Amino acid sequence: MPVIMVAGTDNMKIAVLSGKGGTGKTLVAVNLAAVSRQATYIDCDVEEANGHLFFKPEWLKKEDIAVKVPQVNEDLCDGCRKCVNFCKFNALVYIKDKLQIFEEICHSCGGCLLVCPFKALKEKDKVIGVIQKGVSDNVIIYTGLLNPGEPSGVPIINKLLSKENVPENQLTIIDCPPGSACVVMESIKDADYCILVAEPTLFGVHNLNMVYQLVKLFNKPFGVLLNKCLPEDNPAEKFCRENRIRILSRIPFDNNLGTLNSNGEIVVKKEKKYQQLFSSLLDTVVKEVQYETTANP
Amino acid sequence: MKIAIPAENRNIDSNVCASFGRAPYFLIYDIETKESTFKENTAAVSTGGAGIKAAQIIVDEKVNTLLTVQLGENAAKVLKGADVRIYKAIDASIKENIESFAADKLVLLTQIHAGYHGRGNR
Repeated sequence: MPVIMVAGTDNMKIAVLSGKGGTGKTLVAVNLAAVSRQATYIDCDVEEANGHLFFKPEWLKKEDIAVKVPQVNEDLCDGCRKCVNFCKFNALVYIKDKLQIFEEICHSCGGCLLVCPFKALKEKDKVIGVIQKGVSDNVIIYTGLLNPGEPSGVPIINKLLSKENVPENQLTIIDCPPGSACVVMESIKDADYCILVAEPTLFGVHNLNMVYQLVKLFNKPFGVLLNKCLPEDNPAEKFCRENRIRILSRIPFDNNLGTLNSNGEIVVKKEKKYQQLFSSLLDTVVKEVQYETTANP
Repeated sequence: MKIAIPAENRNIDSNVCASFGRAPYFLIYDIETKESTFKENTAAVSTGGAGIKAAQIIVDEKVNTLLTVQLGENAAKVLKGADVRIYKAIDASIKENIESFAADKLVLLTQIHAGYHGRGNR
């Protein structure tokens, strides 16, 4: 099935987020990228990246991502404990005349090295995960994978969204992790527009409110996409009306959509009505961003 | 020999605190001199790694024995590295725990949990 071309999407970064998992972030992000003329899709949900399951890309590149953790030279350490007392994450202890380092607690700030009067600490690389680059038709795919047990995916997301991966003159779709914590902030910080995906339940409203507060705090232009819409009243829609939030589009609760998606299919390539829905959503967002750029340059 | 017990309040009749790293106080009790002092647990307000810092405090107090309801893996690593013996506290007052320990009725803590690692304050 031919894909509708949406023009004027150059140099635009659209983030897709939600307060909880399973609302449809990946569905939206994958299909927006697939329906565009050309896009880079970046999966920042590094704890459970799954966008690649839809694109089934040909992998081109794989790169280890490392952070710095301290290492002690016991001959130089005199037990002054300046580093132990400095560390806000309590990654260091001094027990039985020996410095002990908890690498998985360390947040790689490098402060312990700075406060050590004896230069007894130096940094070493610790691999925390990988990023992979692949291609599938009109979409370049970047995926980050954090190793289990690591405290933070932020360094991987930071690398995923670095200048070398985000091309200047192309549409970039950022598939965010769920929630509103540091990893989400890192994912949206350079976005031109945020799409908030919401479910039609009270729980969905609670989660929508979390990301709504976040995008307001970051002063990002945003709109809501109501997913899994039923004929009955939609609490998420009510929330949007009460807070004068722009509703971008509505995706119906549709068994067929669920089945296609569960089978790892890209729905815009399978169903004409979803091809139209996502083309029109992309159009709407592009216009919003263009308006924003004109109104608030 | 010095014993440490996580405490909710500065009172020997109050219950043992169920948390180790986030306990507000530790009772430090000297079995020989029967001397007891409540030490504020400055680790309790940590963003993360409270168990590690609390263990450091216990070790610095030259404690040989800890009576606690539960313990995370990082704190256990620090305490074991310092040869602190860890017993399972019973759900009762601090005083009753000291008496039970003195009467040899407490057992060694064998279950070490994986730690909450910041999940408490997300």
